[in-house]
Amino acid sequence: MDTIFALASAPGKAGVAVVRISGPAAWSAGRALAGTLPAPRQAGLRRLHDHGGGFLDEALVLAFEAGRSFTGEESVELHLHGSAAIVQAVLKELAAESGLRPAEPGEFTRRAMENGRLDLAQVEALADLIEAETEAQRQQALRVFAGALGDKVARWRADLVRAASLLEAVMDFADEEVPTDVSPEVIELIDRVQHALETEVRGFESAERVRSGFEIAIVGAPNVGKSTLLNTLAGRDAAITSEVAGTTRDVIEVRIDLGGLAVTILDTAGLRETEDRVEALGVARARDRAERADLRVFLSEQDEAPDDIAARPGDLSYRTKADLTGDGKGISARTGQGIERVVSDIRAALVDRAAGAGLVTRERHRLAMTHGIERLRAAADVVRQGPEMYDIGAEELRSAIRRLDSVIGRVDVDSVLDEIFSSFCLGK
Amino acid sequence: MKHEAYDVIVIGGGHAGADAAHASARMGARTALVTMSESGIGVMSCNPAIGGLGKGHLVREIDALDGVMGRVADRAGIQFRLLNRRKGPAVQGPRAQADRELYRAAMLAEMKAQPLLDIVSGEVVDLDMDSGRVTGVILADGSRITTRAVVLTTGTFLRGVIHVGDERRSGGRMGDKASERLAARIDALGLPLGRLKTGTPPRIDGRTIDWDRLERQPGDDNPVLFSFLSGAPAARQVSCAITHTNGRTHEIIKENLHRSAMYGGRIDGVGPRYCPSIEDKVVRFADKESHQIFLEPEGLNTYLVYPNGISTSLPPSVQEDYVHSVVGLETARIEQPGYAIEYDYVDPRALDLTLRVRDCEGLFLAGQINGTTGYEEAAAQGVVAGLNAAQAARGGDPVTFSRADSYIGVMIDDLTTRGVVEPYRMFTSRAEFRLSLRADNADQRLTPVGLKAGCVGETRRTVFERKMEALGAARGLLESMNLTPKEVRGLGIEVAQDGSRRNGMDLLAFPQTTFDQLVGAASELGNVTPEIRAQVKNDAIYANYIERQKQDVAVLRREEETQIPLDFDFQALNGLSNELKMKLTATRPVNLAQAGRIDGMTPAAMTLILSRLRQVAQSKSA
Repeated sequence: MDTIFALASAPGKAGVAVVRISGPAAWSAGRALAGTLPAPRQAGLRRLHDHGGGFLDEALVLAFEAGRSFTGEESVELHLHGSAAIVQAVLKELAAESGLRPAEPGEFTRRAMENGRLDLAQVEALADLIEAETEAQRQQALRVFAGALGDKVARWRADLVRAASLLEAVMDFADEEVPTDVSPEVIELIDRVQHALETEVRGFESAERVRSGFEIAIVGAPNVGKSTLLNTLAGRDAAITSEVAGTTRDVIEVRIDLGGLAVTILDTAGLRETEDRVEALGVARARDRAERADLRVFLSEQDEAPDDIAARPGDLSYRTKADLTGDGKGISARTGQGIERVVSDIRAALVDRAAGAGLVTRERHRLAMTHGIERLRAAADVVRQGPEMYDIGAEELRSAIRRLDSVIGRVDVDSVLDEIFSSFCLGK
Repeated sequence: MKHEAYDVIVIGGGHAGADAAHASARMGARTALVTMSESGIGVMSCNPAIGGLGKGHLVREIDALDGVMGRVADRAGIQFRLLNRRKGPAVQGPRAQADRELYRAAMLAEMKAQPLLDIVSGEVVDLDMDSGRVTGVILADGSRITTRAVVLTTGTFLRGVIHVGDERRSGGRMGDKASERLAARIDALGLPLGRLKTGTPPRIDGRTIDWDRLERQPGDDNPVLFSFLSGAPAARQVSCAITHTNGRTHEIIKENLHRSAMYGGRIDGVGPRYCPSIEDKVVRFADKESHQIFLEPEGLNTYLVYPNGISTSLPPSVQEDYVHSVVGLETARIEQPGYAIEYDYVDPRALDLTLRVRDCEGLFLAGQINGTTGYEEAAAQGVVAGLNAAQAARGGDPVTFSRADSYIGVMIDDLTTRGVVEPYRMFTSRAEFRLSLRADNADQRLTPVGLKAGCVGETRRTVFERKMEALGAARGLLESMNLTPKEVRGLGIEVAQDGSRRNGMDLLAFPQTTFDQLVGAASELGNVTPEIRAQVKNDAIYANYIERQKQDVAVLRREEETQIPLDFDFQALNGLSNELKMKLTATRPVNLAQAGRIDGMTPAAMTLILSRLRQVAQSKSA
């Protein structure tokens, strides 16, 4: 049984953030961070350190014995200071612990249920959790599979399926007209994916800080006041505002603290048909980013809606320039009318979605890739030793693909067989 | 209680039927095998060979459960080859060419030697049903036989159509007639059906083949047999030969494609991609200049030869032409033209893990009727259906298999959760726990299961227990060794001089280490038999990987143990997407593991199902 961990309190800035660890290695993981654990079910103040001895946070630590915890398993709770940076650092430290992995959505609850720790009323409440997760997953999938990463992912997948199919063809169709030594091609395929993943993981590391938090896209026709709203929310001139339509040619990002949640606001180029090639690029990027954002804020002066970005349930829309139109329900960045409402609407929408696993999902991807890389390296090493080792090479590769399935999508045996049957003429 | 004539009736004497009837009788159930004629029992309707990759694994597993296919194949084998002999033991599969006549005779003898098994000659035309359960069978002469369970193993009889070029006629195998009334009965059960096709090559008179010009393929010098009880081949051993198609062959086929039943648009069924007709090969792999043909003798006392690799539905005259274009076959005489057969199969998702039709008490299906192909796949299903029909008839617990314990488990799970899109054949790549599901340890995996179920006889029990004892002793010796790196190097084994001590199993895990090398350090090891030496070596090679997979196996087992009742209402689950609800309702997973393998399933949805199961369980116990 794996030991799992996750942030158990709502994400975002708060007084306290609770990280829960559950499973057979929970106590040892707790000790690794805190040095010692307090007596079961008694709170104790501990200084948490990473593996290198670096100070992480001072935290209230609780340990629970099996049978007396939420999940019914040995558990540890770390009550940290509620900063995204601290939480992130602690989660990363736990991920590096052997035998530990981030919890799947709903996994604590599932374990609690399996161990008979939940009553019927609690079980009934699960359906709500599921709904929240589905939405978070849909957003996540869209983000990963959109654009360039989508193409890369498809290539990695194709390469790995091809590598697996070569090995399997040699083994499963030994008596037929298939090659007997496929090591060079398999190693080349594996190396290619491995290097690409390594590049990606390095990128993740540096982008992590920047990217943790929600993305909100401000969309609307040119000159409707997107940049002005952004500047008002950010409290400084981040985007150049002018009265010439088409000023914002790129996507401008501003990270702000919106009522305690880390938020990246994207000011997108005004959506309109344009002859200007540079501006057209900006418009395309704007659409793309807006599609992938966690939330879209639509701005308009009249009732016109941006033609091809569809509003999703939960998205927000406002009439701008209320100072000019005199619209009591509209907003005006210039006079500040309605801006408080925008802030509280956005916050409400995000807190709703925070039920999912924003940070952890990305951390999960990074971990999946890191573990996948290890297994790919092992697979290539074994395959290099020749056909008599293909059974073990195939097992390493299978295990690599399994670890990557949250990134590249699940590969089952049918995909491998499809590739074999389309590449080789079989049938004696 | 009403007294039935038999506990179990098996309809059909093919590979599924024979092993089903035998398994049922081994369990102590009074069993009847109803077949058109005794001479139809154990007939190999396609190529004269048993085993191969994945398939050889299945035969070993059948044997481990004391089934018949393995020992019959050993008695009839005329050329034994262990495929992948030079690769890892997990992907080695035993295979044998079999003498058709010897095979048939040995199979019939096995059936007759089984005291609780009666062979009844007759044609079953209908099932007797009473409020949704099978109560007997009705024969063509109007007589009825009562029973508590029926295993239907009638192969391609459901709307079977044979195509030879542009000729077509109804029928199962060449010469058999399809049974319309039984087909109507199956229809009335409302089971989902699909359509498949398969083909055979022309059979050739071996006396007209120019063998001297062809490359020979002899059997292995040290034949590996199927049964854990067999010693050496019983029949005289022969060689096969290999020849190839060429440009001329392909031209003839291309010119006549429109006359092929398959390419003339007269066949709708889906054929197997791993066993395409020669027409398919020429069209789909147009840049390939030749395809190999294995010339397999059909027996010691027949001159018939099976040219494996050129199945076809071209007209006989075209078959003559293209056969004659092949080296060594210039003057070959075709004894029986090749043909394609199309047939309906029952979507196996309508069956549970015991191969019982979910909506019909007492009715089990096994073999080709479930969309599979191959004698081995059929026989393995026969064993499962036979064991469980016997249990059902006598009120015993179901005997089920898991993906974690056997290829049989993999196959049954694949069939009942995923259904089939082409005739289903076993491959080793289908088994995610391939490294532990080996042909060499099939007995260790399944004989205990068979002993518990009650289908394993005394002879096998004794042999098995003796082997386990020897294995345990050898392992004990190896594990009690405790060698320094220096001592290890003294045995001629290169290890890191890292100061860590190693035992014999650790050392055997290195691919290069041989058992013989270890004898130098512990002389008692010299007494270990070659069979046991090979076994511990195989175990050691994979030990680390198997250890790593244990967690996956544990999760699988736990999820398999969480049963989903037949009447579970997936539609009533709040929070599940409609798409998943539909898929779950269509597939009707019987346990949580099966539910988890449904395309698009999420961890959250699994939690939801589990929570509802808990609720149902609690409200029942309350």
